[in-house]
Order: sequence, then C-alpha cells, then structure tokens
Amino acid sequence: MDKVVWLKKGQLVFLKKLVLYIILIAIAVTMLVPFFWMVSTSLKSRIAVFEYPPQWIPRPPKWENYRTAWKALPFGRYFANTTVVSVSVTFLQLLTSSLAAYAFARLNFPGRNRLFLCYLGTMMIPGQVLMIPRFLIIKYLGWVDSYTGLILPQAFTVFGTFLLRQFFMTIPRELEDAAKIDGCSHFRIYLRIILPLSKPALATLGIFAFMTQWNDFLWPLIVIDSREMYTLTTGLSFFQGLYLTRWTLLMAGAVIVLIPIIVVYVLGQKYFVKGITLSGLGGR
Amino acid sequence: MDRKSCRSRTSAAWETRVALIFLLPHIIGFLVFTLFPSFFSLLLSTFSWDIMTPLMFVGLQNFVRLFSDPLFYKVLRNTAFFVLISVPLGMIFSLILALLVNVKLKYIVFFRTAFFMPKITSMVAVALVWTWIFNPDFGWLNSILDQLRLLDPINSLLGSIGLPPLRWLASPIWAMPAIIIVSVWKNLGYSMIMYLAGLQGISDMYYEAAEIDGASWWQKFRYVTLPMLSPTTFFVLVMSIIGSFQVFEQVFIMTRGGQGISPGGPLDSTNTIVLYIYTHAFTYFQMGYASAVAWILFIIIFTFTLLQWRFQKKWVHYG
Repeated sequence: MDKVVWLKKGQLVFLKKLVLYIILIAIAVTMLVPFFWMVSTSLKSRIAVFEYPPQWIPRPPKWENYRTAWKALPFGRYFANTTVVSVSVTFLQLLTSSLAAYAFARLNFPGRNRLFLCYLGTMMIPGQVLMIPRFLIIKYLGWVDSYTGLILPQAFTVFGTFLLRQFFMTIPRELEDAAKIDGCSHFRIYLRIILPLSKPALATLGIFAFMTQWNDFLWPLIVIDSREMYTLTTGLSFFQGLYLTRWTLLMAGAVIVLIPIIVVYVLGQKYFVKGITLSGLGGR
Repeated sequence: MDRKSCRSRTSAAWETRVALIFLLPHIIGFLVFTLFPSFFSLLLSTFSWDIMTPLMFVGLQNFVRLFSDPLFYKVLRNTAFFVLISVPLGMIFSLILALLVNVKLKYIVFFRTAFFMPKITSMVAVALVWTWIFNPDFGWLNSILDQLRLLDPINSLLGSIGLPPLRWLASPIWAMPAIIIVSVWKNLGYSMIMYLAGLQGISDMYYEAAEIDGASWWQKFRYVTLPMLSPTTFFVLVMSIIGSFQVFEQVFIMTRGGQGISPGGPLDSTNTIVLYIYTHAFTYFQMGYASAVAWILFIIIFTFTLLQWRFQKKWVHYG
C-alpha cells in the first residue's frame, strides 16, 4: 500500500517539475527570441530578409555583413567613446558619492540632516526638466561635443550618495574607534576602513551606473554633434538613419553594439541583479 | 602619530571643515548640474528663446500656448494610454515570472538570467529588431500569426468592429500597442527581480499557518502572498509609473522621422511627452516652451507619486 502511494507521489512531483520546466523554457524562448532574430537577420542576404515567411536560419550565413557594417561606421571609435564615458562617469560617481556619503553618515556638522533631506527631495526631478538647462550650461562652457560635456553632468548622483550613506551607517563604529585612537584622519578611516568594507555596495552600484551609462541615449543625443564623438547608442541610431531598410546591416550593427554588454552581463550577472535590487530597495 | 594635534582635532569646527572637504566635489557638481539647472529651467519657461536671437520674456505665454495646442493634448493622451496599459501588464507578468522563478528548481538561475537579459541591453539596439519583428509584410510577428492561420481571422474580426488591420507601426491605431509590447518585454526583468526579493522576504511561518487552516493554493496567494507583497507592489507601481511617463527611446527609434513618417509615428499616434519636449527643444529650438512642457511633466509625475503615497496607507500592509 505505502509503496504504491509513495511512487505516485514521486511521479506527481516529477510531473510538476516537468511542467514547470516546460513553462520556464517556453517563456525563456519567447523572451529571448528577438535576440535570436537579431542574429539571424544579420546573417541573411539582402533579398532573404524580405522573404515571407522569414527564414529561421539563413543558409548560407553571410558573415560579411558584419565586416560591411563595421566598415560603414567607425564602431571601434564608438566603442572607445562609450568606454571612456562609462568608465569615467562610474568612477566619478563612486568617488564623489562615497565621499559625500561618508560626510552624511559619519561626520557631524550643522544642517546635516536638513541638507540630506533636501538632497533626497531633488531625486524627484525628472531628467527631462534638467536636460535643457544642462545643455545650455554645456553650450555656454564650450563643452558641447566633448567628453567633458558627456561625462561631467552625469558624474553626480544623489541616489548613489543616498544608498552609500545608508550602507555606511550599517558599518559598526567600533572599527573606526580603534583607528581614531591611533591616528585621527577621517580621510584615512574613509580610505582604509569604510571603503574596503563597502566593496559589495560599491561594486553593485558601480555595475548599475556603468550599465546605465553604457546604454544612455538621450543625453549623448543632445550633446554630440560630430560623427567621431558618437557613442554606441547614438552611433547605432545614426546608422539607422543611413541604412533605413538595409535590415541585414542594421541588425549586424545592433549585434555589434550589444555584444560587449551581454558578455559582461553573462560573466557577472549576479552583480547586475544585486545592483538592481540594491538600487530599487534603497538599502532596505 | 602626533598625539597632541590629534586631541585638538576633535573640535566641532574642525569636523565641519572636514565634512566640507568631503562634500565639496559632490556639492559643486550638484549645484552646477542639478540645483541651478532646476531653477534656471523654471525661469526659462517664462521666456522664449531660440539661442540665436536674444531672450524674450513672455511670462505665462508658453503655458497658455501648450494648453491650447491640440498636439499637446494628443501627446498627453498617448502617454496616458501608454502608462495605463503598460504598467498593469508589466506588473502582472513580472509577478507571474517572479512566482515561477521563486521555486527551488535546478538551473533556476539560468532562467532568471534569461528573463533579465532584455533589461540590460540597449533599447536602441533592441528597438531595431522589434521594428523588423513588427513589420506588417515580412516581420516575424505577422508571419507567425499568418502561419497559424490567425492573421486573416483577426483582421476580419477587427474590421467588423471598425478597427484597422494589424499593420503595427504603420497603423495609427496599432503603433502604440506595438510600443507597449516592446516596453513591457524589456522591463519585465526589472520588476520581476523586485517581486522576487519581496517574495523571498515573506516568512514561511505565514504559509505554514495557512496550510494548517487548510488554505488552497489560490487562498494562500490571495491572503498571504499578495498582502505581504504590497510594499513591493507599491514600489513597483510607483517606479513603473514614473518610468513609463518618461518613455522616449522606443518611440524615437521605432517611429521617428527619417522613415517618411513624421516624428511621433503615423499621425503622431506615438508622440509622447518626452519626444514632444525633445523635438521642441532640439529640433525647433524653442528652449523656453520646451522647458515649460518639461515642468508640466514634472507636475504630472509628482502628482501621481503624491497620490500613490496617500493611498498606500489604505492598502499597503507592513510587516
């Protein structure tokens, strides 16, 4: 009797798992199918794109499309630009935010809490309100179409300061008290104690900032004038303007643009997810 | 270490000075790129300026103009439609995904990675392939529907209720739904992760108590999961609404000019607030007017957030 019941239960569990796997695979396929089509279309011949119904796997795959796309626009240059901007912004954000967060979390000064609340309040202002005056400021300073203009306005994040401050406040003070007795420089405490202990928070915040900057479109669109300064996103949009219906080239360009971030993601997806969660839950 | 100077370094004034040094880089950037621009933008909205000719004060003229522009109302309606459809859809689907991914299954991380992937990619790149997918003649979507022999029946059904056929980005009625589909698809991963974190924060204790009371799967969901998730739901709702009001990239890439279609889609059906602001600022160079519209956007978002904050007391359960 018992054995039969046990078998049935085991089968039921197995069946449930199988169904779940099937559902999950189906959803994963649906979610990822656009990427599949991106690659597939990029490898087709010009005529094959307009075939109806569309071929799933192009035979033969036209790898030359990638060479053509790469030559059509200086994607290498765009990649370099995007890297410079993303790395600089991430670095500056982490630097300025951690310094400010240390001040809010560990130092006492008049008006500290009120200032912090004001800071938080400004997070409500949407970027679209700021983009026009920021552009005018950049223009006035002569930074249009330059790395400085792309980097500086994005280098200061109230949000990052807020998150890091919350995180710093969870670090036990005993660690610093010992240091304070030996040598009192706040900067050294910041550098030698707080920062190393905050590696997870900094890493996840950094990844999130990097990803946001890498994919940023509107601000580079506003700031950039000349072709050499395009980032990957704006370059791709420009590419679209030139090769409107050359789907094969457009898709090849899109794949080229996506490969770096996808590789980084697959290698470090744990940090991406943590970064999103951290940014979302606000250090809860 | 100089112990004597150490002791004198503990005065409040000294600490304030140190704080200033730590804060300075950030505060300067904040003042120059956030605080000053905010006020400047507000001021600018009372002027008319195209950069070339000198500033001209127009008071509330810009606001009068935008409230009497039929395109502005269309843009508002389009954006509202986008928000009203994409936010609930996104929340429901991502909750379902989170529930699915929350099981203790081998390789579940692989699925979580897959579901989250659209989120990390650039909308520009992704919008390109979706433009192809939505192509009414040779795109994948219509071709699949056709192969399943669904396309013609659907189109006739639509025709019988007075709706045009599914020509997606080429149709003033279906262009926005196409944009919605892309947006929901792309952002599912984000809300899913939020819900997942929320789900994992619900103590098993509640479920066990429910089991003892003989609760069914649905009852557990309705009376334990949903209420315990309400803070997360609230958060996802607020972030989704704020984010969706600012929709821009998909609309710009999939339906802007350069394709013989005016920026904003067929008959401006996919023109949204941010695209409207962008066009007026950087294509028509009407800085003052665009700033005015931007502030209206701010007021809309602010109002929604305020309303939600008020209502959360009614339906959000904490701990």
